[in-house]
Amino acid sequence: MKKLLLGNEAVARGLYEAGVTVVSSYPGTPSTEVTEEAAKYDEIKAEWAPNEKVACEVAAGAAIAGARSFCAMKHVGMNVAADPMFTASYTGVNGGMVIFVADDPGMHSSQNEQDSRHYAKAAKLMMLEPADSDECLKFTKLAYELSERFDTPVIIRSTTRVAHSRSLAEIGDREEVKLREYVKKPGKNVMMPAMARGRHVVVEERVLAQKIYVETEALVDGINKIEKNDGAKIGVICNGISYLYAKEALGEKASYVKLGCTYPLPEKLLIDFAKDYEKVYVIEELDDVVEAHCKALGIKVIGKEIFSLLGEYSQATIRKAVLGEEFESLSADVNVPARPPVLCAGCPHRGLYYVLKKLNVFVSGDIGCYTLGALKPLGMLDTCICMGASISSLHGKNKADPASQSKNVAVIGDSTFIHSGINSLINVAYNQSNTVSIILDNSITGMTGHQQNPSTGITLKGDATAAVSLEKVCEAVGINKVLVCDPNDLVATEKAIREALEYDGSSVVISRRPCALLKTVKHNGARKVNAEKCRSCKMCMKIGCPAISMVDGKAKIDFTQCVGCDVCKQLCKFDAFED
Amino acid sequence: MVKSVMIVGVGGQGTLLASRLFGAALIKSGYDVKVSEVHGMSQRGGSVVTYVRYGDKVNSPIIEKGEADIILSFEQLEAARWLPYLKIGGKIIVNTQKIDPMSVVSGETEYPEGVIDAIKATGVKVKEVDALKLAVEAGSTKAVNVALCGVAAKMTDIPKEIWIESVKETVPPKFTELNLKAFDLGYNL
Repeated sequence: MKKLLLGNEAVARGLYEAGVTVVSSYPGTPSTEVTEEAAKYDEIKAEWAPNEKVACEVAAGAAIAGARSFCAMKHVGMNVAADPMFTASYTGVNGGMVIFVADDPGMHSSQNEQDSRHYAKAAKLMMLEPADSDECLKFTKLAYELSERFDTPVIIRSTTRVAHSRSLAEIGDREEVKLREYVKKPGKNVMMPAMARGRHVVVEERVLAQKIYVETEALVDGINKIEKNDGAKIGVICNGISYLYAKEALGEKASYVKLGCTYPLPEKLLIDFAKDYEKVYVIEELDDVVEAHCKALGIKVIGKEIFSLLGEYSQATIRKAVLGEEFESLSADVNVPARPPVLCAGCPHRGLYYVLKKLNVFVSGDIGCYTLGALKPLGMLDTCICMGASISSLHGKNKADPASQSKNVAVIGDSTFIHSGINSLINVAYNQSNTVSIILDNSITGMTGHQQNPSTGITLKGDATAAVSLEKVCEAVGINKVLVCDPNDLVATEKAIREALEYDGSSVVISRRPCALLKTVKHNGARKVNAEKCRSCKMCMKIGCPAISMVDGKAKIDFTQCVGCDVCKQLCKFDAFED
Repeated sequence: MVKSVMIVGVGGQGTLLASRLFGAALIKSGYDVKVSEVHGMSQRGGSVVTYVRYGDKVNSPIIEKGEADIILSFEQLEAARWLPYLKIGGKIIVNTQKIDPMSVVSGETEYPEGVIDAIKATGVKVKEVDALKLAVEAGSTKAVNVALCGVAAKMTDIPKEIWIESVKETVPPKFTELNLKAFDLGYNL
């Protein structure tokens, strides 16, 4: 039966059909839905881990125990998971293990555009790359066979357009896979120098065996495909979504090698293919991984000479670069202002940022919805590097310039704090800086679309569980000043932050109010503006609320958006906002 | 023959559900279908676009400049922003609702006047719809998306019964009635 599935749903279906029993992930766009969908199957124990390193270790342990296991992450999450991943390559598996990574060319929701294919080569792990939902499902199932056959974790790499496109996938039944017997093998599973040296030999032998597979059986398995068209003068070597763009743009004018396995790459297959064409293009988003491989083999290919290292491709990119053609298009004679994402109406981060702006502090930022506080009119972030970096990098700044300490704060969400902010806070307490860390506790992992986390007291499956007490964690690691405030109460929030800034020692302010989009949150009704009282001072416009605009010189509230958080009401000196 | 429909709007307006509704109706009609969405950041009030492509065999899931047969815009400014993606001779449906981008809210720039006229000036046929009004009539401002789908549905050759069935499958059960009403108001416009 065929079903219209999101790429990520199809991967989850593949997990179900392959008999996977253990899934552990940390959410990250565009990978999140795989784990959310996997959790809907009763047969799969699916969990949110505090971070990707933990998730990868859970999967590795489950695989050694003999189960088919899985972990998912976004590209930058693979940086966090890299430590266990590189060594799991040495131990190999018992039950099959798949590591799923979703790259984000074009950075729809990411802080960088790194190409995860480099990880496959560096960790010497086989990497499969599906192009559509049907392949997402098939490759996932095949990945478990390959994992067990070659005794290795296998990486599946997706990209935003594969992960977040719906297409038809052939669904089947679940194959129940028995827990394989665990046999104690220190030489295989205890990685210390003497054993690891032996295992490195095995890893290199495994890659050699996989190199033979990708030239031969991978064609039978439908992982690598050669598609020849009569009379075609152009040869195209491509991977993942680029294959579909190339087919759309070039159709039967070209012949194709579609690489469904981008590590290890075939050699003879590519050399033989290239011989038949006048021009051979390598079409791959992001880095020149396949191109460099071809060039090293002495194959004459055209790649990044005409294709960008940046952003996403499309059929139009390829049509233009290869054929020199562009479609005619219209444009309206009107200046269209950009529309970047904004903090939602009623977002609890808004009140906090207003106070920080008033206090004119340096803000060390982190990854989450609150990164949007960087945008105008709040414009409050000074830095944003990666998950957890707000607190640790501010500690660095405070060490470098102690005189500025009372003018600096770090902002970090509850989920990001659990992810890796805890380590950073331990560092602050241990190495003693007057760092003010503000935990923006909105009781959910917001930006990725409302996932539970260890501080919410609810599991991925929806069951009640132990909840991390943020206050107690802070106190336990050695923070002596821990304050809690409601960010929608501007006076109380300002008081708490001032107190923290003035405190001689490291401190934490927990700015606590649930995300306004949570279904469990009860809202006041939309507020109204009394136009007679409005003096057009625009104080309410300083908070960048999407529900407030100026119409004919007076503030106006969009009743479809306003949730009655009353932050604007607290700013208005003329009582113009009414219930 | 592959047809391309772009659904554009502002994060939070329900464009994702609209694309799912299209996907469901097209599958029921026996087409190969691809629907491409962007999640994450775009949920937060940003400009959002989803692509729906259908036909005998669809390759690319995305739509590029000059390729869309229909653009269904949930907001005026977004219609102008994505107009270059319309195929010459394509159709555009515009919800007359205006939502200020943050640069307008903060007073840095102004919401341009005469957006729909500027689109019409390019020679494109524009179907204007006050979908917010239809949604309110159906019982909730949140039904704007389904009302607009109703308008677009009329432009496809998919039978109404298939659309109705798809609405029932796509929307949350407790809002079925309301959404069916919104769809009907759009369809009969």
